[in-house]
Amino acid sequence: MLSLEPREVLSKISKMGVSASFMEVCGTHTVSIARSGLKKLLPDSVKLISGPGCPVCVTAQVDIDYAIALAHQPGVIVATFGDMVRVPGTETSLLEARASGGKVEVVYSPMDSLNLARAHPKEEVVFLAVGFETTAPLIARTVQTAKAENIPNLSFLVLHKLIPPAMRALLALKEIQLDGFILPGHVCAILGSKPFLFLKEEFHLPGVITGFEPDDILLALFMLVKQKKEDRADIEIQYRRAVRPEGNPQALKVMEEVFEPQEANWRGLGIIPESGLALRHPYWDFDARRRFPLKIMGSREYPACGCGEVLRGVISPQECPLFGRVCTPDSPVGPCMVSSEGSCAAAYHYEEHP
Amino acid sequence: MKKEIITLAHGSGGRPTQDLIERHILPRFDSAPLKQLLDSALLECSGRLAFTTDAFVVHPIFFPGGDIGKLAVSGSINDLAAVAAEPLFLSASLILEEGLEVEELDRVLESMSRTCKEAGVALVTGDTKVVEKGAGDKLYISTSAIGVRRQIPDPQPALISPGDAILVTGPIGEHGMAVLQARESFFRNLELQSDCAPVWPLIDSLVKAGLKINAMRDPTRGGLATTLAELARESGLCLQAEEDKIPIGETVRAACDMLGLDPLYLACEGRMVIILPKKNAEKALTVLKGHPLGTQATLIGECLEKPEGVALLSTRIGGRRVLAPLSGEQLPRIC
Repeated sequence: MLSLEPREVLSKISKMGVSASFMEVCGTHTVSIARSGLKKLLPDSVKLISGPGCPVCVTAQVDIDYAIALAHQPGVIVATFGDMVRVPGTETSLLEARASGGKVEVVYSPMDSLNLARAHPKEEVVFLAVGFETTAPLIARTVQTAKAENIPNLSFLVLHKLIPPAMRALLALKEIQLDGFILPGHVCAILGSKPFLFLKEEFHLPGVITGFEPDDILLALFMLVKQKKEDRADIEIQYRRAVRPEGNPQALKVMEEVFEPQEANWRGLGIIPESGLALRHPYWDFDARRRFPLKIMGSREYPACGCGEVLRGVISPQECPLFGRVCTPDSPVGPCMVSSEGSCAAAYHYEEHP
Repeated sequence: MKKEIITLAHGSGGRPTQDLIERHILPRFDSAPLKQLLDSALLECSGRLAFTTDAFVVHPIFFPGGDIGKLAVSGSINDLAAVAAEPLFLSASLILEEGLEVEELDRVLESMSRTCKEAGVALVTGDTKVVEKGAGDKLYISTSAIGVRRQIPDPQPALISPGDAILVTGPIGEHGMAVLQARESFFRNLELQSDCAPVWPLIDSLVKAGLKINAMRDPTRGGLATTLAELARESGLCLQAEEDKIPIGETVRAACDMLGLDPLYLACEGRMVIILPKKNAEKALTVLKGHPLGTQATLIGECLEKPEGVALLSTRIGGRRVLAPLSGEQLPRIC
């Protein structure tokens, strides 16, 4: 199977003659699909829909406003991945906060926040922990290191989210017709395949855990189309070079030690029980929300911003009334146009549009 | 021994300034107009001229494969090369931050001198200023250059025609990744080197071979993708590149995969995108490959009539996507 040329896989997909819509729930998949021009190569009967797969995009407005408010606190340095910096909050963004004197440092790894805190002992460093299961173990390890080394001026704003509960919430809404999922390879490298069995059991939907090369995605689509044709609903692994059914026990253990599930607020989906992570009691000293109990009032999204609908797959980026006119990567209105993994940014950058 | 450092006195215009110029700058540059130390350099040249200016604020000032001095000289020369102008005269203004080690300044000056020699350009005038500690980041350089235009008509996007071939003179993204590596030390095992170099000698070989060049641009900030998007917009044609053919070194590709960066948007500082009639493409490649700066020159695509004003990429799996100009900053202060 692996030796097949992309063109051969495409022709096999066409020959199946199946009509189906599949959703990807990982921003890296969204970008790979857009970058390779894969959608246009598929037969018209096979549709790809982007779901809530970009961690920056699903972050609720009130949480973004909280992060911006932190950056305005005297003596606070906000450490964040670059994607968060330009996301518009209700009034401003971290970028604007920095331009007006707030301290915002872009880091490439959560571990960098340790060095930042050591280098600025008189200031408070807050790391914005935004991401899914993929990055949660690394954050957990960083929190443990901060505790073990007793770094008093570092804390974490944990906005981490969990993918399976969001998928369940999305399906429960019944807004869109789906025939299966392209499942996120990196998330599954940590979680394994079991947390996705509910797709089969509760919704009779297939899923294929997939890598990130266009070739991987094509193969996964073939596997999905084949399941649909055979009326199967199995959770299969295409990405065998990285994913084992049981996941990564060590990573899961460190996550479990540091975090516990709690309800989380998703842009587009609202509050979903057990869909986010919170620091467990022994680590409360490192919880930014406990250290800086700021009240955030009046958070709201830009009127007519379609990010919520885009994240639920109800509309495509191009169907948002603001896309490419009011909202562009140079002056983004919603996070889906900002993040490098956002589906609006991917559509704007890589797809042809008027 | 205590390290000698730059102080505000070096910018006073008095004796320390004089000393800096006479001991550290003049001996390194073989240039009669410079050594005269007049208020303006006295020059002789005639003909069709090109004039360009650029500022350099790269952080850090030393990176694998280059430094801010090599970059500042190469940058202005490459801007001249992009209009097929032979660089003759260069000016350089140095803005030094108080506390800069003189030894570091020496290394940068040495590198500027070497790069001038490589490109056959004379540094004819300059200036130094010192700002207090914290008001700069070690060293900023601004250079301007004058050159003589060697091709009629001058290469420019308006000359691009449907059917033209698109060449790139070597692997892309190496400067951007080398600066990132110097800044963040992400990779212990990857050998990353900036491609930073003055490309005029390479372009000169094409011009001397009489191969008519329709347009050129050096893919610096925003990388190859942004350069192709700009040329498409300015020419009103479609520039189509093939993903398979774009030369990208293994280490840059690996580093991009790990960091989620797109190599098509990473800066080059020693490459040129060249657009010329298809019938000359093979010959041009032979000439380029015969020069040390162009051994990996490649034909990467062609110009089409439609869709107008857009750069496209044919992907490896046979798909097609737009190459949009870079928006925002992928990496700040790269040059």
